Amino acid sequence: MVAFYGRQFSSRLLIGTALYASPTVMQQAIRASGAEIVTVSLRREAAGGKAGNAFWSLIRELGVTVLPNTAGCRTVREAVTTAKLARELFGTSWIKLEVIADDETLQPDVVGLVEAAAILVKDGFEVFPYCTEDLSTALRLADAGCRVVMPWAAPIGSARGLVNADALRLLRARLPDVTLVVDAGLGAPSHAAHAMELGYDAVLLNTAIAKAGDPAAMAGAFRRGVEAGHAAYNAGLMGPRDFASPSTPIVGTPFWHAVS
Amino acid sequence: MRVTVNGERRETAAESVAALLRELEYDGSHFAVAVNADVVPRARWAEPLLSGGDTVEILTPRQGG
Repeated sequence: MVAFYGRQFSSRLLIGTALYASPTVMQQAIRASGAEIVTVSLRREAAGGKAGNAFWSLIRELGVTVLPNTAGCRTVREAVTTAKLARELFGTSWIKLEVIADDETLQPDVVGLVEAAAILVKDGFEVFPYCTEDLSTALRLADAGCRVVMPWAAPIGSARGLVNADALRLLRARLPDVTLVVDAGLGAPSHAAHAMELGYDAVLLNTAIAKAGDPAAMAGAFRRGVEAGHAAYNAGLMGPRDFASPSTPIVGTPFWHAVS
Repeated sequence: MRVTVNGERRETAAESVAALLRELEYDGSHFAVAVNADVVPRARWAEPLLSGGDTVEILTPRQGG
């Protein structure tokens, strides 16, 4: 089991609800992933529009916990207001906090992020901040009261995997009591397994499943990748070595010392 | 009076959020509303809090990553 702000979940895979070819494909993928938590956003509804309420019905049918995001926010003020609107709309104090610094890379604005997180924690929110792998940022977020921290593996939608695995390993070592989630940049189940092998508590992804040839099948593959990586971490991985070490016993090797 | 709703300028007689939603034919129940970047909780939707020049955001749940 993994805990997010005191709530226990058995799945360590969180997935996004965007970019699917159809609502049916989205529902199939979420079910196949085994995810119990999905991310959602809030957007303007045109007069007379029904898109939002239709989407919400689909999510409710799945019986999953929702984690609203502040995607697209570029200032502390926008992010804080969006979080408050999300709390009103979704009836949850959970918020995936995004404050974006740069449109091309979607690089988190870590300065604004820490400031917004502190404001929201004081206001009673349970904040899931989307950050970089920078240790000082993660420490500041934890100091601000974030019990979950979500560093990226690589830029959103880039499918590059753990670009800076050493830094992610360092975060795990320095924040042993924080629930750590690798969020964004994962392209393959092996990337998810890699994150879990480092001792991460969970992973969050969207594009790699939604844009797969068969999203439901890929969701199942990610589910198994996460489970394999977590089981491997618990089992105790051996460290890397510089030279070979024979696995087959030396004793009793045929023709041993037979060469003259 | 003129207000801006989701980035569009509109003429309205609605003085409350509830009246504005009705006037613009918003259907269903899952909305969050901000006036001048402040959240208006559902409990205050019937109050006559709108005035000319206000900026109103009407939001619903959407796909997100």
